[in-house]
Amino acid sequence: MLAYRAGTPIRVSEFLADVSRVSGALGAGGHVLNVCSDRYHFTVGFAASLAAGKVSLLPATRTPEVIAQLRRFAPDAVCLTDEDACDIELPQVRYPPTPAGARADTSAAAIPRIDPARRAAWVFTSGSTGMPVPHEKTFGGLIECMRVEAERLDLIDGRSHAVIATVPPQHMYGFEASVLLPLASGNALCAEHPFYPADVCSALTAAPRPRILITTPVHLRALVAADLPLPATDLVVSATAPLSSELAREVEQRFGTRLLEIYGSTETGSIAVREPTRTAQWWLWPRVSLESRGEETWAEGGHIERRTRLYDVIELTGPDRFLLHGRVADLVNIAGKRSSLGYLDHQLNSIPGVLDGAFFHGAAAGAAAPEAAVARLGACVVAPQLDAATILAELRRRIDPVFLPRPLLLVESLPRNSTGKLPQEALRALAMAPSKPAPTA
Amino acid sequence: MSDNVSPLRQPAGSAGIAALTRELAGLIVEALNLEVAPADIGPEQPLYGEGLGLDSIDILEIALVVSKQYGVQLRADSEENSRIFASLRQLAEYVNAHRTK
Repeated sequence: MLAYRAGTPIRVSEFLADVSRVSGALGAGGHVLNVCSDRYHFTVGFAASLAAGKVSLLPATRTPEVIAQLRRFAPDAVCLTDEDACDIELPQVRYPPTPAGARADTSAAAIPRIDPARRAAWVFTSGSTGMPVPHEKTFGGLIECMRVEAERLDLIDGRSHAVIATVPPQHMYGFEASVLLPLASGNALCAEHPFYPADVCSALTAAPRPRILITTPVHLRALVAADLPLPATDLVVSATAPLSSELAREVEQRFGTRLLEIYGSTETGSIAVREPTRTAQWWLWPRVSLESRGEETWAEGGHIERRTRLYDVIELTGPDRFLLHGRVADLVNIAGKRSSLGYLDHQLNSIPGVLDGAFFHGAAAGAAAPEAAVARLGACVVAPQLDAATILAELRRRIDPVFLPRPLLLVESLPRNSTGKLPQEALRALAMAPSKPAPTA
Repeated sequence: MSDNVSPLRQPAGSAGIAALTRELAGLIVEALNLEVAPADIGPEQPLYGEGLGLDSIDILEIALVVSKQYGVQLRADSEENSRIFASLRQLAEYVNAHRTK
């Protein structure tokens, strides 16, 4: 089986027929922004783009600003969508409906041969200057990385594992673990993208065993906090942020299985795995090596196309082992979406009428289960002519909603020190000052 | 935790919906540390995007609060889902119709 939808299998021959149908619908351009929300549609779209010699575009977010930048980066790009109301400003290609009835002649389609050196995708990170930074992914590099991942997750045992994921296929972790991993290892992806705990449970129950759950600390926290029986699962995989050891233990108990965490980045893809209830140490992919230079750590080798800096504080503890000690101060990671304070400050200060402004790391919210709450950002802004709603509306055009400041404080001046620097502590103190609008409980 | 011996609550009338709307506003402000007073959230104001500005992490948090407080498990695959978060009042009506505690 290549995939499941609501527990119904989709065979390789059907997939190949769909790939051939969709690749014929993509037109002449060389780039495809694939926004299909159905994971099977996304996977067909990705394979169809490959087969048609096109490159998939995976931006970190889809704000109007980022779409405008994508149009400049790849003027021939089209948007492949499976939704009726898609407002992305690119020429749109509607995912063609599956022909009704039994499929005749599905055995005729051959598996397209793809050159491993072919550029399969451009994946984007937000740069610090306001322009997204493209990272090239070759087909061979993506597949090599996933073969290692399949071995490390023990997914190559002759059985077909059903892969259920709560993360979108367009995010690097979801692209790898929920699309490429099953394709590269002979396992089966599930088309659904369950969100609420009750949805995750029914998607798991619908899938045959062995089944694995690809998810994040945010979703795991919601799952264990919901008053629901969690279906027996054969492996739970988490990434995007380290999991607390209490939550990891609870997940293992409630799902009756082990939990593995993956470490990686958009630039490098996955590069390490660990079992957090057994050890804090990460186990690096073979052929990938890390090098510390002062406070910086760089990764290279294996599937990594070029030497890449990692934006985490890393302590090497052996040739293929390391510990994570948090992120580099400027970096922001909220629920797997990454940005930097520098980038966000740049976007804030580019709003007409904003004289000065700065983001800061705020406190975690989440009264329902505070032990794993998501920390948000705040911002202090000097903009005498603007109100907070106008600034938020402008920011919403420019940055992903998870980075919108909460709170956004209009102030007379920023607490810069004598060297012009703006300590994060001073911003937080300003935000805590009694003049802020106090919520009345 | 699940309290399956208690009888289903009778759905409230319009006065009850108004009270539940206020109660939900308070729960949401508390759960998400929002910088607004619960009374300032209009019952018809959208919760997502341009309105209150909530995103999917917040929605998951609200789903958690609603399940703990009222025994309602939200689902994305129900027809009603896009309506539920259209406004505070829609959420209150959905909770009122499905609450088990």
